[in-house]
Amino acid sequence: MVSLDLLANAIVSGVLLGGFYAGVAAGATISFGLLDVANIAHPAFVVFGAYGAFLLSERFGLDPLVAALFVVPVFYVAGAAVYQVYHWAFERRGDDSMRGLAFFFGLMFVGEVVLILMFGVDYRYTSAAYASTTLKLGSIAFPLRELIPFLGSLAILAAAQLFLNRTFIGRAILGVAQDATALRLMGADPVRLKRIAFGISIALAGAAGALLLVLEPVEPSIGREFIGRVFAIAVLGGMGSLPGTWIAAVMLGVIENLTSIFAGASWAPAVAFGFLLLTLAVRPSGLFGR
Amino acid sequence: MNDFLRFFGLVVLAACALFAAMRAVGNDYVFYAGYTVLEYVVLACAWNILGGYVGYVNFGVAAFLALGAYTGVALSKIAPLPLPVMMLAGGVVAGLVGLGTGYLTLRLRGIFFAIATLALAVVLQTLITNWEFVGGSAGVYAIRPKHVPVFGSYIAYMVFLMLTLAVIVVTVSRAIETSGLGLGFIAIRDDEVAAEATGVPTLQLKLIATTLSGAFMGMAGAPLPYYVTFLEPSSAFNLSYAVNSIAMPLIGGTTAWFGPVLGALLLGIAQQVVTVTISSEVNLLIVGLLLIGFVVLAPQGLIGMLGLTGRRRSG
Repeated sequence: MVSLDLLANAIVSGVLLGGFYAGVAAGATISFGLLDVANIAHPAFVVFGAYGAFLLSERFGLDPLVAALFVVPVFYVAGAAVYQVYHWAFERRGDDSMRGLAFFFGLMFVGEVVLILMFGVDYRYTSAAYASTTLKLGSIAFPLRELIPFLGSLAILAAAQLFLNRTFIGRAILGVAQDATALRLMGADPVRLKRIAFGISIALAGAAGALLLVLEPVEPSIGREFIGRVFAIAVLGGMGSLPGTWIAAVMLGVIENLTSIFAGASWAPAVAFGFLLLTLAVRPSGLFGR
Repeated sequence: MNDFLRFFGLVVLAACALFAAMRAVGNDYVFYAGYTVLEYVVLACAWNILGGYVGYVNFGVAAFLALGAYTGVALSKIAPLPLPVMMLAGGVVAGLVGLGTGYLTLRLRGIFFAIATLALAVVLQTLITNWEFVGGSAGVYAIRPKHVPVFGSYIAYMVFLMLTLAVIVVTVSRAIETSGLGLGFIAIRDDEVAAEATGVPTLQLKLIATTLSGAFMGMAGAPLPYYVTFLEPSSAFNLSYAVNSIAMPLIGGTTAWFGPVLGALLLGIAQQVVTVTISSEVNLLIVGLLLIGFVVLAPQGLIGMLGLTGRRRSG
């Protein structure tokens, strides 16, 4: 007999976890959904962000959330640079499918090996005090290490959504997503806009990385677990819709958490990928797609 | 047909010469190193059938390899079968999984197939980790027979089998290139919509390619438990299989069979040297950097740089 308390706690914790997944997937929703750049290294950038935050908190005693403020601009520049290489080598030649994927796969792999060489395969974690504090509401627990990434991710999504819908550049990026040729005819530079958007997507990955460090200890290959989640969420969320991303992510978080509590944690990694395979097979346009 | 037989004869001759040479060195280490290199020749060529000819990326090489390996493990728990039978069984299972994955995702854009293969690796690893019958997360021991008639040591026998498989894969690759099937593949790679519009049965051809490619990877995986003697999920599903099998064709060149063979031989031998002399992490770093360098700067690979991209001849 499953107690109601356990179920309620599992669902709440799943929602918190899912909210964080949305933060991880937000950047991929922009790069994959809007720009049509299949950056499978996106989760790897999240892990780089986590290690960046770890390094800053280790060296200068910064809180991971403060460290995120330093990680974000660096990642924006790195993202813009990666896009420039990608565009120059693949997109420009119209040869972006096979080699472009191999390029991002190589980036992911090299990054992972570099992290292993620099930090070893040990788990790294933050020593911030709140990481071990838990708020209680009745019998339902809200561990701050889950609540803070949830709220932080909500902030990431809200900021990205406001930027895309309310600013001139943001709307131009949405324009590129719809019709790059039309934009060029109107005198805008689609490559520049895509560079900005890709830079933002990587910057968001960096910010999500800092949140990941708050949520759980990180090790170099942890990003692989997120590949399935990120793409399952991006596809299920309807490719390019941030509110859709959030809903899909929370759904995945809840299902994953229920699975790991009622079937065992060793089954959890398969949930996201199973979810993804199922989505691709049954409803590739996503839950909210046309 | 004549051309095909002549090519097959030449490959068999080369394989015999190679085996005799390894035999002549008289040191088992040559066989151990040679096995790994040959395994990569098979994996690289198998990957290239789908990746190079049709243009669809498979990131789940490790999944197909492990499928072959664990099919062997499961079979050996039921009945002791000779290794060639296990290889066939591994090939059938991996081929069917390839067919299934392809059927689910190949009607969508190529990127979804690529992501699905990544997903496949994780799902299968989770299943195997939770499947106690084949050792689960704790792993499983595979005891190899001490002595095999004719070959002497078991490792020589395994090298012989892998060499045979390599001959088959290379011959099949070449046969695809010179046949109508290869023309269809190239049409899909260059422009799938146009191919479909001109009557190329694209889905059917893509399914043939995924099945063949997956089956060869599974066959290459079946002897793996006996090679490592202790098999556990995280080593069987190691990402370095995927990286190597993608890097080798892309570095060698993807348009003709000798691209992946060249890439696998060069990179495979270099890795044997680097792993022994420096470290296996550095070795993987080099492979990753070479992969990025080649896809960005030399899209035709080595055979393109050497001007060997080869005009297609019709058989």
